[in-house]
Amino acid sequence: MPIIATQGLTMRFARVTALDDLSVAVEPGVVGLVGANGAGKSTLIKILLGLLPPTSGTATVLGLDIAREGLRIRERVGFMPEYECLPPDVSATEFVVHMARMSGLPPTAARERAADTLRHVGLYEERYRPIGGYSTGMRQRVKLAQALVHDPQLVFLDEPTNGLDPAGRDEMLDLIRRIGAEFGISVLVTSHLLGELERVCDHVVIIDGGKLLRSQAVEAYTAASGVLTVEVDEGRDELGRHLFDRGVSVQPEGRFLVVDIAGETTYDLIRDGVAELGLRLIRMEQRRHHIEEVFRAGPPGESAAGSVPQEASR
Amino acid sequence: MSTSTIHDIGYRHYDGPRSGRAYVLRSLYVHNLRAAFGLGRPARAKIMPFLLAAIMLLPAAGSVAVFAFTDQEDALIPYASYANIMQVIVAIFLATQAPVLASREVRFHVIPLYFSRPVGHLDFVLAKSAALATALFALMAVPVTLLYVGGLVAKAPDPGKQVLEYLGGLVGCVLFALVLAAIGMVIAAFTPRRGFGVAAVIAVYMLSTTIVGIVQGIAEERTNFTLQGWAGLGAPFNLVDIVQVRLLGAESSSVGIAPGVTGGVVALALCVAIVLGSIAVLYRRFRKAGLS
Repeated sequence: MPIIATQGLTMRFARVTALDDLSVAVEPGVVGLVGANGAGKSTLIKILLGLLPPTSGTATVLGLDIAREGLRIRERVGFMPEYECLPPDVSATEFVVHMARMSGLPPTAARERAADTLRHVGLYEERYRPIGGYSTGMRQRVKLAQALVHDPQLVFLDEPTNGLDPAGRDEMLDLIRRIGAEFGISVLVTSHLLGELERVCDHVVIIDGGKLLRSQAVEAYTAASGVLTVEVDEGRDELGRHLFDRGVSVQPEGRFLVVDIAGETTYDLIRDGVAELGLRLIRMEQRRHHIEEVFRAGPPGESAAGSVPQEASR
Repeated sequence: MSTSTIHDIGYRHYDGPRSGRAYVLRSLYVHNLRAAFGLGRPARAKIMPFLLAAIMLLPAAGSVAVFAFTDQEDALIPYASYANIMQVIVAIFLATQAPVLASREVRFHVIPLYFSRPVGHLDFVLAKSAALATALFALMAVPVTLLYVGGLVAKAPDPGKQVLEYLGGLVGCVLFALVLAAIGMVIAAFTPRRGFGVAAVIAVYMLSTTIVGIVQGIAEERTNFTLQGWAGLGAPFNLVDIVQVRLLGAESSSVGIAPGVTGGVVALALCVAIVLGSIAVLYRRFRKAGLS
């Protein structure tokens, strides 16, 4: 059974169309929802929570209809908003306990679950201090904890890595992976940074201007593409010529060679070429399609912003 | 064992009971009632409400003490007049605490976290309004009760009459609490910054009371006591006092009281309209805040 399924979902506001005839179905697991800012991600989450009735179309979450069974959906899901949503003058413990009770957990269970959940997201002694003094990373953890405290079957995480530094971003992504793999909770996570989602998601849905651009398993996006990056200490051009002579399609790119893979033999040809020419091979790496390549036809600034940290982290 | 280790036992699912709407509503009410007195928040949040509550008790304690020594029945403040006499303190309490309940969670965008859970919009509004009304009721009813118990201990005459007046006074306190909470919540809900919220509630209280006072003064000058009475509908404390005097048989402690049972019924209808109107306005306000 799909955890989320929409049919012809459309949401029109006075001046903008946030969602345009969106039909998509996703299976349990970690699902990424990618789109530029204003692509309709947050609107989709509000609709799926049953808080905002769509202009037209239908949707089910965990098999429950958003129009008729919104309350039952909200009992079973968690929601981490994109924006700051924490009162500064209460402690994380106090706040998360309160939110657990708001999901119907009895007092004792609420306290136990809050302590457990805060530990799982990585908040320890500091959880007794007022939230106002927390760093952005700690706040994101509290926001995540309140979304998980009632043990939902599905959590909506809206831009959870927003505002985090690279280390914090990695930790958050790791947490998201654990929520899906260890906690066994399905996740719908949104991001406008396309590169980071392929690291944690099983399935990625891309929307642009409220329209579905693509929905498929992450392997399909990042399947080995047809190129290898080859870096040698010196003699790049020699190797290039050598390979070209043997019928390999090859192009220089910066200090590297980009080689089209024709088949298994391509690897052998490169290996043999390096050996014959007596070059020092520094790296030979298979390039993967990044999810952002889907957007290459789209806004150029967006795909560039998505790919830079991706490359840097390799 | 001499050494202990913390074992990460991994994630555990929760299969215990999940309580329904009544439990959530009750929890929300208690949470807000605690918040109204600064409980669950840092010490400085508790100073104002408890200081004001202590000030509210002083005249009652003094009144009982004076009665106990002098045995003068006049020394006991009438139960129904207490809230009216102490209205400045009650108004300050309303102004400082209404924003805590009505606008704090709007300002920090906490509202969507409630509505993404099984919390209904109407339940949310009712819990908050009821919590503020309860806090105000406690603020006024505790000193009134002190007066009654003190009078009882000091052997005030005619205990039968006292108990009736006391109960009438409590009904008055309920009415004061409901009307003031309704007004305070609406004003505070539309002023997200706490400071502005405090100022706005005080301003509405001062302006309405002052303008009504001026109109009543002019009316009295021209010996138009009917106008003087009806003008009382325009100020919250005077409004409730009209109901107390005309429908609950209390003695007047306001400048002008609308005439006859009609005056009382009109005042009561106005109170009901304020309370219901406030719930309708807050419902829309919080619903909108839940989607932002």
